Amino acid sequence: MHGPPDITRRHLLGGSLALLGAAATGCAIPVGLGSSQTRVQYWHFLGASDGIIMNQMVQAFAKDTPDIFVEENVLAWGEPYYTKIAMAGSGGRSPDLATFHLARLAGIGAGAILDPIDVKLLEEAGLRAADFSPPIWERAHLDGVLYAIPFDAHPMVQYYNTDICGKAGLLGPDGKLLPTKGVDELVAQLTKAKEVMGGKPPLAFDALGLGTVGPWRVWWSLYPQSGGTLLSEDGTKITIDDAKALEALRLMQRLGQEGLCDWRTDYGASVAKFTNGEAAFLWNGDWETTGLKERKTPFSMTRFPAVFGTGSAQADCHAFVLPHQRNRDPEVERATYRFIAYLVKNSADWAVAGHVPAYLPALEQPEYLALQPQSEYRSVITEVALDPQVWYTGSASRLWIEFGEAFSPVIGGTRTPEEGLAAAKAALARLMAAPNPFPAEERS
Amino acid sequence: MTTTVAAPPTAAPVATPKVRRGWTQHGMVFVAPFLLIYVAFLVWPTLLGFQMSLSSVNIAGRNNNFVGFDNYLEAFGDPRMWRSLWNTVVFTVLSTIPLVFLGLVFALLVHNLRFMQWLWRLSFFGPFLLPSAVVSILWLQMIYPPDYGLINGTLGTDVLWLGDPSVAMWSMVLTTVWWTVGFNFLLYLAALQSIPHHLYEAAAIDGASAWDKLRSITLPLLGRTTMLIVVLQLVASLKVFDQIYLMTGGGPQDSTRPIIEYAYDVGFTGYRTGYASAVSYILFALIVIVSLAQLRLFRKREEVAS
Repeated sequence: MHGPPDITRRHLLGGSLALLGAAATGCAIPVGLGSSQTRVQYWHFLGASDGIIMNQMVQAFAKDTPDIFVEENVLAWGEPYYTKIAMAGSGGRSPDLATFHLARLAGIGAGAILDPIDVKLLEEAGLRAADFSPPIWERAHLDGVLYAIPFDAHPMVQYYNTDICGKAGLLGPDGKLLPTKGVDELVAQLTKAKEVMGGKPPLAFDALGLGTVGPWRVWWSLYPQSGGTLLSEDGTKITIDDAKALEALRLMQRLGQEGLCDWRTDYGASVAKFTNGEAAFLWNGDWETTGLKERKTPFSMTRFPAVFGTGSAQADCHAFVLPHQRNRDPEVERATYRFIAYLVKNSADWAVAGHVPAYLPALEQPEYLALQPQSEYRSVITEVALDPQVWYTGSASRLWIEFGEAFSPVIGGTRTPEEGLAAAKAALARLMAAPNPFPAEERS
Repeated sequence: MTTTVAAPPTAAPVATPKVRRGWTQHGMVFVAPFLLIYVAFLVWPTLLGFQMSLSSVNIAGRNNNFVGFDNYLEAFGDPRMWRSLWNTVVFTVLSTIPLVFLGLVFALLVHNLRFMQWLWRLSFFGPFLLPSAVVSILWLQMIYPPDYGLINGTLGTDVLWLGDPSVAMWSMVLTTVWWTVGFNFLLYLAALQSIPHHLYEAAAIDGASAWDKLRSITLPLLGRTTMLIVVLQLVASLKVFDQIYLMTGGGPQDSTRPIIEYAYDVGFTGYRTGYASAVSYILFALIVIVSLAQLRLFRKREEVAS
């Protein structure tokens, strides 16, 4: 029996979680604010184990820069976070700085809810366009205007328990997981792990539960591997390739129905199971690293398995944005850019949390390359499957939740892959038909 | 409006005080502060909300174009709006019946128990004192989890209480009944205690059985309380949101999403404030219809009773 599930990024019981986060970091109240300090209000949703790293970075900045006080506010991840940003930004009295998912940029009403980034001030703080991974930098723009400063990319990865995999003979002589290719090899690997686990499902991922996006994440990792797409370039046509989409869904159903993955675990339970050695594999984003290390789980990580061709994996990028303020204090603004530049330049520290830095110089730093297991999957960065750039995509967006809802019963076996795909397509058609609340012509 | 005032019952023909017409006569001065607040915070927002429902305004207050009844047309053709409206109706029917019935049964039980009454009262009323977030965490994390939850663990069953679309609504009803039945229980208990005891004594002398007493004295005298409870309960159930939002988020597969959550979803997480207003007005219309129906129904009953 395992205890109650861990605190997860996505519990909507936001109030209590935000309080917990604030209590854990002890810095929701500006206790340290001196009269000579400039205060920067910073909102973020990093509540999983990457939140620990973010807090350390904020404290390191405080030591480094005594004239600036960063007031860190940890809010619950997901829909409630974006609702809060939207509300704060629309009122014009928002925090000075907030974290963000790049894929949400098209949907949040940049221009109305977010203020554009002042490239001059950014350069003054020491950051230039050339420092960033070009496709990610490109995604931080809307209509040629920069609205976000990219921080990282966080792909789906495969965590594996080194003890169990060792017993099952799945590790190579270097102690690393032997890579698999194709469905048969993956199933064979999982079956071996299942045998040494006494028949318990060896794989865990967020398959079920409140607003689950796990099924979307797994599907959006598998399906693009065979070259599948969701929407046409301009976002006006559904371009789902039924045969390829179904192939991915059939595999997901097979994993659930043959007892290779536990289809009854929600996010918290899947992480708890892997942490406690009750699952040999965990498919999740890269952000659970710190917590697993702290709890001494014998684990390592690798890229999401290549099943249908390439090894692409679902991913999004964390970024910094400036929520809209009616009257931005120039002094606070300058301090904000300094803080952003500090975080971005110290991306190697941030990579400890599991994420792949978007800041190119960090990728070559020996500190980063020495990080284990974080640098094991950095090659995925050229093969990430990002969301289509339309207004209803991105972390915890309607699209993710609708697709999660459509595919969750496929894994559970109560819906055929065909029914799951039909439900997803219907949801996508509905989202496309609904008018964009922030049409481009309103951006100014 | 008539403005005649009854003559003061005085003996001597004193000069009638000069009736000042208008404001002071109706106590308008005293009522004005309330009226002002009422207009500012209820009437005006209601009108504003209706105006918003006729526009394409987003959460940032931009894109504010008049679109006529487009939002309503879209809502009427929106299967998820209908689904959530249907869920609200289903929840209202499924929850109101046990909440009224069990409230009565528990009150009768406790009223007739002669020992440790405080404990029974507290037991039934206790859950009602909990905030919705606490209730939701309790059921979500301790009672309903499929693999280690209290129910499956005790019964040895394997039910996905919140994960199975055919079960989830019943689970929400169960939680809601556990949580809120205490209020109806309390109203019934108070009503029971106000029934004059001599009625029962007289009935006992006439040789009435316990069942006779219940049928001919208790239940008829609880009629008004029942009406009140049904009215309050219907409105409360139609407005269900907290526990469902916190426990299932409207899922699985939209099977529990009430219409208030749908309005929240399209308005706050979908940023379409105008459309959300239209959805809200549809719920408003539903509540007005239900209230009018109840009024008529009860007026008839009152007439029959008198």
